[in-house]
Amino acid sequence: MAIEVRIPTILRTYTGGSKAVEGSGATLEELFGDLDSRYAGLRERLQDESGLRRFVNVYLNDEDVRFLGGLKTPVKDGDTVTVLPAVAGGAR
Amino acid sequence: MRSGNTLEDMLTLPSALRDEIVSHARADHPDEACGVIAGPAGAGRPERFIPMLNAARSPTFYEFDSMELLRVWREMDDRDEEPVVIYHSHTATEAYPSRTDIALAQEPGAHYVLVSTRDPDEVEFRSYRIVDGAVTEEEVRITADTGAGTGGPGVE
Repeated sequence: MAIEVRIPTILRTYTGGSKAVEGSGATLEELFGDLDSRYAGLRERLQDESGLRRFVNVYLNDEDVRFLGGLKTPVKDGDTVTVLPAVAGGAR
Repeated sequence: MRSGNTLEDMLTLPSALRDEIVSHARADHPDEACGVIAGPAGAGRPERFIPMLNAARSPTFYEFDSMELLRVWREMDDRDEEPVVIYHSHTATEAYPSRTDIALAQEPGAHYVLVSTRDPDEVEFRSYRIVDGAVTEEEVRITADTGAGTGGPGVE
């Protein structure tokens, strides 16, 4: 089973520079666990104790997983998961 | 100064692109304006102005809409581009990165341009590198080039 996961620049230090890696799992949560077993520390950049990190966007194919099931979103062979850090900030 | 890395210590920006950023900031005042200038990957040359919706629509916070972010980042990838400049405006404070700006800066290769529209007559326009939580201000060199690869390097 292979799910492609596209990695943003800032997280490529965890993947040895790779911009895309493969993983498996039935849900996003399982997929992140699988990735973390090979790319130690990556999961902590994507989720915290309350779920997906607020300023990290995760997409399943063309949809933002916040509008699907968050970490419980089902994933399957052939899917592409894209991670993009939010672009945000402000005077506050 | 840094040595042994590929970061330039200044932002070279065609005046037409600077004007686009300033116009966008003034138009959205008192909300913060935000956007990107894309350029060929690895060249450090800003060429393509991409104003973004501030999904927060706030006078003190900005955030790219998540679906627009995906669309624009995919488009840059398809075109072999990268975000050379990420800009936003402060509408009541100085054009310097706040703690929030620093904490949320996640594109280590980008020049973070900050504009302040707090004064109705005079805009502040400054640029920074933000890497691993460290802010370094850099010189902004405005060229007469119209940008988008037209003409040569321009005359100051």
